[in-house]
Amino acid sequence: MINNRVVITGIGVVAPNALGAADFEKALKEGRSGIRFFEESQSLNFRCQIAGKPLITEDYKARYFDDYYQNKLDNNAIIYACLAGFEAWENAGLIHHQNQIDFDSGMIIGSGALGLDGSNHAVFSKILAGDNKRLGSRAIPESMSSGAAAYLNKILGLGNRILSNSSACITGTESVLLGYEHLKLGKAKRMLCGSTEGDGIFIWGAFDAMRILTSDSNEDPTNGSRPMCDSSVGFVPGSGSGAMVLETLESAQSRGAKIYAEILGTYVNSGGLRDGGSMTAPNLNAVIQCMKNSLREAKVASNEIDLISGHLTGTKGDSTEIKNWKKALGGAQDKFPLINTPKSMIGHCIAGAGSIELVATLIQMEKSFVHGNYNIKKVNPDITAEIPLERIPMKTVHKEINTAIKANFGFGDLNCSIVLRKWKDG
Amino acid sequence: MDKDTIQEQLKEIIAVYVPDKEILGKLTPEHDLINDLKINSAHIVDIVLDVEEKYDIMIEDDAIMEMVTIGQAIEVIYGKVQEK
Repeated sequence: MINNRVVITGIGVVAPNALGAADFEKALKEGRSGIRFFEESQSLNFRCQIAGKPLITEDYKARYFDDYYQNKLDNNAIIYACLAGFEAWENAGLIHHQNQIDFDSGMIIGSGALGLDGSNHAVFSKILAGDNKRLGSRAIPESMSSGAAAYLNKILGLGNRILSNSSACITGTESVLLGYEHLKLGKAKRMLCGSTEGDGIFIWGAFDAMRILTSDSNEDPTNGSRPMCDSSVGFVPGSGSGAMVLETLESAQSRGAKIYAEILGTYVNSGGLRDGGSMTAPNLNAVIQCMKNSLREAKVASNEIDLISGHLTGTKGDSTEIKNWKKALGGAQDKFPLINTPKSMIGHCIAGAGSIELVATLIQMEKSFVHGNYNIKKVNPDITAEIPLERIPMKTVHKEINTAIKANFGFGDLNCSIVLRKWKDG
Repeated sequence: MDKDTIQEQLKEIIAVYVPDKEILGKLTPEHDLINDLKINSAHIVDIVLDVEEKYDIMIEDDAIMEMVTIGQAIEVIYGKVQEK
């Protein structure tokens, strides 16, 4: 059986606090917040009136888009995915041709509630007004879950598998897992993998109704997202997209591509909505099994891990997650690695989270730093009971990261974990 | 409103849907929207919606079928604007 080694050769990102990987690196280092107040949420009686949303400029779009995409596309999830995906493709040193198809490359661009992006308000209104005749040709692709991949592929012209996975908050990590498996089996040379989430009241409203969003920071948005903090009361919704070019080692080396990291192991599973697992809560045994199995496939021992990129949304689930990590890594308190999440700056970008956070992890590996977990006044004592305080950096520290593990957990009792190793020539 | 004005305005409306912008510089009434200008047929609907909004007119399905060339599109728009 073919068993290719798989590496990452390109990254791209559109996040609430930065546009593009270079700006995202700066933002992570300086702790730049992308969380803002939204008047519409206030006027509609939302408890949580803050969110993280990328500030896309016309200039930034013009770097990547032709005039049709620039002026006509209005689904944010699709715009973010096209920008992040195109950036990753270029970052990998790959080109695209107007009139050529690349059958060796495919893409997996997942999404969460793509059709509920705020831009679709106009579509719903026209239909409800009996005016469906006034819907244009974009109404279908801008509401179908595979719309982001479809629009992105109109730019790139890839001819291998084009897939749009949807698995709640693990969507981004899972897209990378799926691309990795496809490449491992030798079915393609390159897979552009990532995920996206749009924004607006139709996505945030239902989370708000569940009382799982931050409701105490409408006057102080940038302090609203506080993963691992004693005072955290919920997550702040976010949006955006991350994308990575995955490639067989052979393909990357044959074209002399820069390699960020090798994917050593992955695992995805479900707690079956049993044994403590439910629509919203994880089955802890499944979570731990997922983390452990990704390490086993990677042949990585717990003490080799330099950084954990957690899910850590800023809810009461954070301390449970820490306990799970500790158990999965063998239970030794003094050997627990550094752990962080960019969510204090960008919120929880739902289906976009996994890919954006993987890009953050790759940037930290490449540039040898661990960004801070900002907004923590006092770490939740249930967390410090498990791991040493100094393993939770509150500001950016310089550190060589050779091995990192990234996991996300999602609605429907879904878990996904990925182990990465920084690439060193030879 | 004369037909020359409509042609100029129509050119602006269709520009975004035309892949090769060079042809817009030498646009004539004989140009076929799909075959010459290479406009994706799905975008004909978009162009009709843009035109309806621009001129505040309604173009029925039958009239859309008649809008094959730039010249025919101008005639349809001109007729509808006159009826207003």
